[in-house]
Amino acid sequence: MGNGTSIGRVRGLGSGKHGTHHWWHQRLTAGSNLLLLLWFLFSIAMLPSYDGASLTKWLSSGWAALPMALLIATLFYHARLGLQVVIEDYQQDETRVVLLVVLNLLTALGAGLAIFSILRIAFTGTPA
Amino acid sequence: MAEFSLPKNSKITGKSREHKAAADAARVKKFKVYRYDPDTGENPRYDKFEIDLDQCGPMVLDALIKMKSEQDPSLTFRRSCREGICGSCAMNIDGRNGLACTTAIEDIKGEVRITPLPHMDVIKDLVPDFTHFYAQYSSIKPWLQTVTPAPSGKERLQSPEDRAKLDGLYECILCACCSTSCPSYWWNSDKFLGPAILLQAYRWLADSRDEMTGERLDELEDPFRLYRCHTIMNCANVCPKGLNPAKAIAEVKKLELERTL
Repeated sequence: MGNGTSIGRVRGLGSGKHGTHHWWHQRLTAGSNLLLLLWFLFSIAMLPSYDGASLTKWLSSGWAALPMALLIATLFYHARLGLQVVIEDYQQDETRVVLLVVLNLLTALGAGLAIFSILRIAFTGTPA
Repeated sequence: MAEFSLPKNSKITGKSREHKAAADAARVKKFKVYRYDPDTGENPRYDKFEIDLDQCGPMVLDALIKMKSEQDPSLTFRRSCREGICGSCAMNIDGRNGLACTTAIEDIKGEVRITPLPHMDVIKDLVPDFTHFYAQYSSIKPWLQTVTPAPSGKERLQSPEDRAKLDGLYECILCACCSTSCPSYWWNSDKFLGPAILLQAYRWLADSRDEMTGERLDELEDPFRLYRCHTIMNCANVCPKGLNPAKAIAEVKKLELERTL
């Protein structure tokens, strides 16, 4: 494996041939987060009241449910990409792999639960 | 886990030795210099030196040479050109990486603390081990690579405009001030190439005469080799030549993106 020399160690297993998409998607989702969060704050500020019934009514509209689901998707995807970088920076070997798997599970679970709740309100009008 | 604490034998616990200036010295400046000698098996220590500025040149390197010549000949550091061209005397001066030969003593307030470049293995005193850094430099093939055979009997031509694209890149002296000030390089220097090497990589990507751009980008496209750069900008902040490795790295990322979109 050529790791007995300094050049061999640097060349290692070669280039991973990826990373650009991760980097680009992080920037794209930063932009979409900004736009959708602005929409979210604006919409929340415009609500007449903040009791459960008004919020459920607001979210049962397609005009709120769709951007809300998109916001959840882009937020969780961005968080996954960002936390992956943190894990890669500070963790090594097996711990890195285990934490990356846990990160993927948690973000998929969190996003799935949130989107399911939004869709349930949108389609049935009742919170999950 | 990342190592956040120093290994046992690298903690600075050794007993300090003091070297006083002459009793009649008028302008005394105090220096605290990192000392480590692997042959003694002792932990590193800070030695204190007093220098009479009236009897010393203006730069930190002048003070180090004076300490070695007159106070402690065992003090070890690299130096050569004494004018910011060779990069040999790169070290951490008062908490900031720089060249001892171009850092003026009078710009530093109070005691001057001098340590080797951060997060490098130390060979002795202020001399870090550059083996891995040079191996990383070699890995990017820092020379002109072409498919076209060399023109017979004459050089490969380049327009003044294309030559200007290398300004801000070719001046790098590989002193490693930038790489050793980069937290990403501290934590992952086994794989991350670091700002100095990536600036050099871009120097060849930006060269109009080089024909191996795709192959060079292939080698760089890696979550660790290139994408550990998080634009912290310490590199641009400390570069003694005023270069901006972070910008060069951003240009490499743009090229990587350009060929995928």
